[in-house]
Amino acid sequence: MDMRSLWRTLDRGTLRDIALVCLADALVGASFGAIAVAGGLPLWVPIVMSLLVFAGGSQFAAVGVVLAGGGALAAVAAGLILNARLLVFGFAVADVLDHGTPRRRRWARLLGAHLVTDESVAFTLRHRDPHRRRAAFWISAVGLFVVWNLAVLVGALAGRVIGDTDALGLDAAFPAVLLALVLPALTGPGRGRLRAAALTGALVAVAATPLLPAGLPVLLALAGLVFTLRRPAPGDGSATEPASESDIQSAPQEVR
Amino acid sequence: MPVLAIVALAAGTYALRLAGPLFQGRLRLPERLRDLLTDAATVLLVTLAATAALTQGDGPAGWARPAGVLVAAVLVLRRAPFPVVVIAAAATCALLRLCGLS
Repeated sequence: MDMRSLWRTLDRGTLRDIALVCLADALVGASFGAIAVAGGLPLWVPIVMSLLVFAGGSQFAAVGVVLAGGGALAAVAAGLILNARLLVFGFAVADVLDHGTPRRRRWARLLGAHLVTDESVAFTLRHRDPHRRRAAFWISAVGLFVVWNLAVLVGALAGRVIGDTDALGLDAAFPAVLLALVLPALTGPGRGRLRAAALTGALVAVAATPLLPAGLPVLLALAGLVFTLRRPAPGDGSATEPASESDIQSAPQEVR
Repeated sequence: MPVLAIVALAAGTYALRLAGPLFQGRLRLPERLRDLLTDAATVLLVTLAATAALTQGDGPAGWARPAGVLVAAVLVLRRAPFPVVVIAAAATCALLRLCGLS
């Protein structure tokens, strides 16, 4: 792909937003590396994991299970359950990887699939024009991959020096960046049902956490979706949204 | 953490990611299903934020972390830049712990 023409396709506002998300993720990646190593895992674990798994939520979940004394199987299950959403995201951005000669398309699919994250999907769904979608995906996806892995490396090295990552509040960084990513999609008119669904789901999951094995409570939250299944009432804007992209498209857009 | 666990998580995650790009042409998802899947992703992310903020293992996370994340939520709604949100969350959490609140 021609990186320079991709670059020109995006406006400066979008590029700046991508840079800001990269910076925020760098902080979260560094906290991941530091938490894993300070918790007693070997240096290579967070580093190799970040390169191969490249999904922050599942990395935190899996390492959390291991550091809490859980088994490897539970750690893998917790990570995979969280990543089930990537199946959805894969379909949502499949069009940006479906382009060019058959050979190029194959490589774009194989490489691009690994770079599908909450962030790169949110940036892609901001745009409708195919060129912009493609540019937003590749620039944010490659940027995040490089920044995330470098940050995890730095954090892991620092984790050998920092004894207590909790004293630095690093455990608050990950939920904070998740909220920054998703809250804007829940605000504004026509999002009432989605808000109800998300709130219910979150409450159910938190309440179920002491009762179920790690990873399962989050899946239970999908029960909240019953709120979005009902037929829209008159005056509820959600029925008139033009496309399926409406829900996460506004995510980073609102950040200034 | 065994190598095999990391490889299993990586392979499973990659398979989940690749399904969409691979089957997209042959398998057309109906509009309503796509809407539902997008909503599902949003609900899962909010829930992940809530459990990461409020729970630790199978118990509560204490006060400092939820307080830090609450500050983050307020900043997000006031449209603060992403890095400011993350730094404020960690700083609030660290300060409260410094004051003895865990």
